Amino acid sequence: MFLKNIFYHFGRYVMMLGTAISRPEKISMYYKETMRQMNDIGIGSLFIVCLIAVFIGAVTAVQFSYQLDGTLVPVYYIGYVVRDMTIIELAPTFTCLVLAGKVGSNIAAEIGGMRQKEHIDAMEIMGVNTAAYLILPKVIAALIVIPMLVAIGAFVSIIGGYLAAVPTGVMADAEYIKGLRSFFEPFNVNMMFIKAVVFAFILTTVSAYQGYHVRGGSIELGEASTNAVVFSDILILIADYVIAVLLTG
Amino acid sequence: MIRTEDIVKRFGDKEVLKGITTEFYQGQTNLIIGRSGAGKTVLLKMLVGLLEPTEGNVWYDDTNFFTLNKKQKRAIRMQVGMLFQAGALFDSMSVEENIRFPLDMFTNRSYKEKRKRVDYCLERVNLGDVNDRYPSEISGGMQKRVGIARAIVLEPRFLFCDEPNSGLDPKTSIVIDELIQSITKENNITTIINTHDMNSVMEIGENIILLHQGELVWRGNKGQVLESDNEVLQNFIFASPFLQRLRESAVGK
Repeated sequence: MFLKNIFYHFGRYVMMLGTAISRPEKISMYYKETMRQMNDIGIGSLFIVCLIAVFIGAVTAVQFSYQLDGTLVPVYYIGYVVRDMTIIELAPTFTCLVLAGKVGSNIAAEIGGMRQKEHIDAMEIMGVNTAAYLILPKVIAALIVIPMLVAIGAFVSIIGGYLAAVPTGVMADAEYIKGLRSFFEPFNVNMMFIKAVVFAFILTTVSAYQGYHVRGGSIELGEASTNAVVFSDILILIADYVIAVLLTG
Repeated sequence: MIRTEDIVKRFGDKEVLKGITTEFYQGQTNLIIGRSGAGKTVLLKMLVGLLEPTEGNVWYDDTNFFTLNKKQKRAIRMQVGMLFQAGALFDSMSVEENIRFPLDMFTNRSYKEKRKRVDYCLERVNLGDVNDRYPSEISGGMQKRVGIARAIVLEPRFLFCDEPNSGLDPKTSIVIDELIQSITKENNITTIINTHDMNSVMEIGENIILLHQGELVWRGNKGQVLESDNEVLQNFIFASPFLQRLRESAVGK
């Protein structure tokens, strides 16, 4: 039964994507909607992403300095660890988990609400490909904006690490900078962007799927919104593991 | 003209429509009436293609709708306008944007031409100065009128109305009915209205079908309603004691 359910939803999800990825009726309308979504997802999430990122960096720096206490490992390693942990793992994964909560639930609620208020039926009758018009701009916007948010998050996180380590006297300014410049592997940045793109796709399409197929009333809409976050988070973590194995194995 | 041919719809084991064969005429206000749960909304959704019949066909003139591919269906839908029960106006758009949406999506007209058409449609439904207001800022009756304006903006050949009078006071209901009927006559379109409003039945019902438990049990026009001895129709139309007394006095019993 469980497997049957998974295949049922996966099949519907793939079919929905098949319908969504098609030639737009009017490019200008899709462009306008994509811009609106980029603003909602990007600008709308900037503050929360920065806030979380600064604390992630700060906590990483504090925790690592605690681990190093009394060891022979050079203190500048704090900068190095903050940088790599942020770029490889924390910035893309944490940012996208947070965005699954903020953006994902919003997408599910918006599309689900439109389904319940017959807005989607109204568009269907007009001849609009609703899967494409309602989902494609969100996916495109997320694929463009979320990697940018992740990059900003990584940068802010490194600054967070600096603020936690340098002004508090854990280490000198020059040491932190030295750590940031040590053992730099440019491929890690590519990995960060690959993760950001994959996670962005997951969180928008899974949330859109939950909203697009909602039935019933407000309780079902709430469930769809919750499912959007839960399933997006689970799939992001699974994808994180798969990408880590594929790209670092 | 729209024609249905032996339409059957089942949801699991439940048969909601049981072989409906009927015609809806051009230039007339065609009414689908019946009690709640009779299958009116399912039939209407099938006519506009939102639901597929389990068996049977829906014909738009000489075209069998459910045998068409997506592109052909879309071409038919471009000729369809629909007024939803709750209006289904897009909350995030102003009144003008709502009405302009089909024009923006499917035409290459200039902004000026679109604006002109929107103004005409608003004027046609007797609304002025609401272009910049949002659906939440106007009354239910106004929302219905905006819904009609949006439905006719692409000059449809077929107009569908799902419970156009629900939630409206009797006076506003009459205004909406008259509006729908005059638009039907003016543009010679096929209008199908799903209703259980008795006033609509008696005022604008040119071709009425009565559904009862998924079956078509009566067909006629407003003039034949009072004379019919169909028990289901009489029970439906004159459900309240007040209306029964009114009928008795009208037919001189």
